[in-house]
Amino acid sequence: MKVVVLVKQVPDTYEKRSIALDTGMLAREASENIVDEIDERVCAVAAELKKAGTATEVVAVTMGPAGADKAIRKVLALAADSAVHIVDDGLAGSDMIQTARVLAEAAKDADLILSGAESTDGGGGMVPAMMAEILGRAHIPYADSIEVAEGSVTAVTNTDTQKLTLSAATPVVVSLTEKAGEPKLPNFKSIREAKKKDITVTSLADLGVAAGPGAAYVRNVMVSAAERPPKEAGVKVSGDTAATELVDFLATRHLI
Amino acid sequence: MSIDHLLDEEQLALVEGVREFTQDVVAPVSAKHDKEKSFPYEVIDQMGEMGLFGLPIPEEYGGQGGDYFTLCLALEELAKVDQSVAITLEAGVSLGMMPILKYGTEEQKQQWLPALAEAKQLAGFGLTEPAAGSDAGGTQTKATLDNGTWTINGNKEFITNSGTDITSMVTVTAVTGQDEITTIIVPTDTPGFTAEPAYDKVGWNASDTHPLTLQDVQVPEENLLGERGRGFANFMGILDEGRVAIAALATGAAQGCVDESVRYAKTRTTFGRPIGENQGVSFKIARMQARAYAARSAYYAAAMKIVAGQPFKTEASIAKMVASEAAMDNARDATQIFGGYGFMNETLVARHYRDSKILEIGEGTTEVQLMLIARSLGL
Repeated sequence: MKVVVLVKQVPDTYEKRSIALDTGMLAREASENIVDEIDERVCAVAAELKKAGTATEVVAVTMGPAGADKAIRKVLALAADSAVHIVDDGLAGSDMIQTARVLAEAAKDADLILSGAESTDGGGGMVPAMMAEILGRAHIPYADSIEVAEGSVTAVTNTDTQKLTLSAATPVVVSLTEKAGEPKLPNFKSIREAKKKDITVTSLADLGVAAGPGAAYVRNVMVSAAERPPKEAGVKVSGDTAATELVDFLATRHLI
Repeated sequence: MSIDHLLDEEQLALVEGVREFTQDVVAPVSAKHDKEKSFPYEVIDQMGEMGLFGLPIPEEYGGQGGDYFTLCLALEELAKVDQSVAITLEAGVSLGMMPILKYGTEEQKQQWLPALAEAKQLAGFGLTEPAAGSDAGGTQTKATLDNGTWTINGNKEFITNSGTDITSMVTVTAVTGQDEITTIIVPTDTPGFTAEPAYDKVGWNASDTHPLTLQDVQVPEENLLGERGRGFANFMGILDEGRVAIAALATGAAQGCVDESVRYAKTRTTFGRPIGENQGVSFKIARMQARAYAARSAYYAAAMKIVAGQPFKTEASIAKMVASEAAMDNARDATQIFGGYGFMNETLVARHYRDSKILEIGEGTTEVQLMLIARSLGL
């Protein structure tokens, strides 16, 4: 079974993250880009599938600016046998629909597409569903665990009120929550082996996909961006009237 | 401040991985194990999984196929936060495994190395004795060979990793004849082998250190490690390498003190401003940074000579001395910067203060290093 793992580079959550006000896009130079932690968990799941012999090939697919090699090598050390890196100026500022179209094309020959449920930066959580729609495949969203057999995938998804056990025949797209796998650090042997693995750099033309505003049938448009307003000082309540003041505060905001 | 340009892509990736591991897995339990003087089995187990114990061990013996320099890089990262964990790795590899790798028979390597490389087992090296420290030639433990069996009697002191639940063997040095010292592998389950109660140490509380008693310990003749009578020469070679590893560990300690002091100097305010804005503090930290950098340069140079197969004895002594002094000096300065908090055992700088002293003593005291450096100058 061929497994594709979708990988996103995101700004390190431990560093300051910011938006470039002129473009409304993420200021990538403001912090170091790392493999999204959720994707490391997805890699752990893929590595288990490979260890069990269920996955015969694991390919990491990522879309993003050139120079993502460090992050890609990490994924190669964790789980993937090879990687596809889609680099194209036409992809700058891609919205979720465009991202899904491009990734779907690059991952279409996979029996199982695995992704994180939501990225740490954008947090849209819709790309996997869109990919499934575009490819005409089943999608199991927000899976806390999966079991893979030849020809089918069974996953457990927990909603606020229910625990759902969902099955689908392959090919299928599954997005995983952080409960699905524990991220592991690659050992030195894997790091060295990762250096020998192939990273295929591909463009929109190679994939045969048109992108950019002209090719979009629906598109997110950034109207304006502004600095986050500074935090205002809070209200201190103390003394005998503290409880009443607190209740009033909450009540006027319809919080109780 | 690392010396990145001297490292290749894989080494940088490893350093980053170990740094992440140190923050996520080691740091949260360091103070607890230090306080309880407990061995961090859960940390060591994960280090085994990460392949850290197998770093300089070839893949055919279950290792990672890296080199000694790579091990040193991992030691530096770990020691920034936890010297006990770092010394467990250092001793486990350079004292526990390297003698087997260098002097063992093919059979011995196959028997012991794979489990040690994954930290499923640990091994110790029993050299020091009540009357044989810096003067290692004063060994009194005796071994006699009769009918294909070694019988060993004696006492060993300060043996790291010798009494954990996963310790599988200790290589001991013993007198086997006139001016003849030999190394012999003793599995820990051999009758007559006893790891006595652990020491009450000043620091390195989470590292496992015991006196050993060997009373009529009998092991088969084939447990001889290396050539009979070459024990002294062999462990001298082991110690030279070990000094570079200790230098790396000490560099980590020195840098850990810098990192912690910088963080504190930026956040701790007195008289209305961060203490780091006072030159009394910032100059102190600047000097600490310079010491750590010099220590790193020294151990890199020595480690690179090891990897290149060149003589490195004097470089090892210089690195060991410079780095261990940097660690102790930085620990003292960092503690001063932290003020009263630096005297509280639970702080990292207090731990470094207690842990760093041994760096100037173990694997050859500062005085032994000076002796060796002087000797290299023909003095």
